[in-house]
Amino acid sequence: MKLDLNATRAMLAGDAQADRVVPPTGFTARLTLFSAGAMAFLAVFALALSLATGRLADRWGNELARTATVRISAPMAQMEAQTAAALRVLETTTGVARARALSDAEQAALLEPWFGPGLPVDQLPIPRLIEVIETEAGFDPEGLRLRLAAEVPGAVLDDHTRWRQPLVRAAERLRLLGLVALGLIAAATAAMITLAAQAALAANTQVITVLRLVGAQDGYIARAFVRRFASRGLAGAAAGTVLGCLAILGLPSAQIEGGFLTGLGFQGWHWLWPLTIPPLAGLVAFAATLAAARRTLEEMP
Amino acid sequence: MIELESVAYSYGGGELLGDVSLSLSPGSFHFLTGPSGSGKTTLLKLCYGALVPSAGLVRLFGQDRRAMTRDDVAMARRRIGVVHQDCQFLDHLSVTENIALPLSVSGRDLLEEEPNLRELMGWVGLKERAHALPPELSGGERQRAALARAVIMSPDVVLADEPTGNVDWEMSQRLLRLLIELNRMGKTILIATHDLALIRAAKAHVQTRVLRIAARRLQFAGADL
Repeated sequence: MKLDLNATRAMLAGDAQADRVVPPTGFTARLTLFSAGAMAFLAVFALALSLATGRLADRWGNELARTATVRISAPMAQMEAQTAAALRVLETTTGVARARALSDAEQAALLEPWFGPGLPVDQLPIPRLIEVIETEAGFDPEGLRLRLAAEVPGAVLDDHTRWRQPLVRAAERLRLLGLVALGLIAAATAAMITLAAQAALAANTQVITVLRLVGAQDGYIARAFVRRFASRGLAGAAAGTVLGCLAILGLPSAQIEGGFLTGLGFQGWHWLWPLTIPPLAGLVAFAATLAAARRTLEEMP
Repeated sequence: MIELESVAYSYGGGELLGDVSLSLSPGSFHFLTGPSGSGKTTLLKLCYGALVPSAGLVRLFGQDRRAMTRDDVAMARRRIGVVHQDCQFLDHLSVTENIALPLSVSGRDLLEEEPNLRELMGWVGLKERAHALPPELSGGERQRAALARAVIMSPDVVLADEPTGNVDWEMSQRLLRLLIELNRMGKTILIATHDLALIRAAKAHVQTRVLRIAARRLQFAGADL
């Protein structure tokens, strides 16, 4: 363990020595830190958007796909008989896990938000609703519709597909947009680091000339610049990520009936995702600076 | 060590050097003279691989310059110490760090080289100025620091371009003595200068050959100047 520590210290000291050949530059350093931080901050939100819309698409896709409703519109006298017939049909349908007619009280509760309390449900010709829970495999909606039409004339099957699919599509499109935004943020970070590195290389032509004269290989010169920009990218992105996560934490928490906006955030292990932003930013800065340094060095004698 | 065979070099349109042949053998001491703008610096640059000849062949330690990669050239530079007319340093590092720069870029252990470095600093008389920054140095101190940096790797060849250009006579004598001492240690020396007094002073101490660039050609000047 002691040996390892010494080796690490020696490596760090060696790096420090090599890093010193590039003169310190206060202003561009702060700009690089700032851009990396700002980009990481935005990346946190793009990531949160992607994950939240992903969750939304999954929920709409899975939970709602597992339930369907059969609505029985019949004269009051036939209601009981038709409901019973529909339940019999449903019980013998493959793919239906459970079917249950809602009680009057449950139907009244469903209608209450629209009509207010005290609605005399039993005196109104309100259709009876049957809640259908599907198995994993699901049922064939067309077949079920035909059988219901044959045996229960007043039954209408609503499998939610009609309104569920556009929502799922919208959520998936939003997730795609979030991912595109992440890609653009990475590309913009690379572009900004390239510009900063290019400027630093141009400003340090004399340093590079001297290093070449005393026998420094291109790799040594490039590394001195690359380490500096990669560490700035990493540090800036770390700060931006922390701030972004704090901002996400500071969002009002999602309520039960909350829309997708209040659901923006990370849940459970998804909180690990933002941790990947700083290393990725460091990697982007590393690659961008290396490419810029190689280009610049190739053009010098 | 360094060989030029029928080398020509052209800048843009005009030919600066043509049909130049030169062989620097181990332990030799050469002066290179010629009017300003005759191509002395260009010839030195060809010798340390900074320029590629337009025609002819340049060989550094047996390797054809044209076949060398940038990293090959860097490796050759570690065996060639160069003193420029306008000595360039890393201005944010101390004199000591600048002189040790060839060691650090070639990955040598600086702690191990510490005694050598200190001895070299004393030899060029910069011990007192060890922690000064290059911009704080006088012209003569810069030249001596450049010479120290050129020889710290114990190179086989030392190329110096007007090493006495910016210094007074006394200082130029000191620099010359340092170069003669290096030659006695077996280093190959090539000094570009138009200071004939310097060449005469050297001839009293060491066997030298004088090369002259005239009308784009390299000639061996007579034994007497």
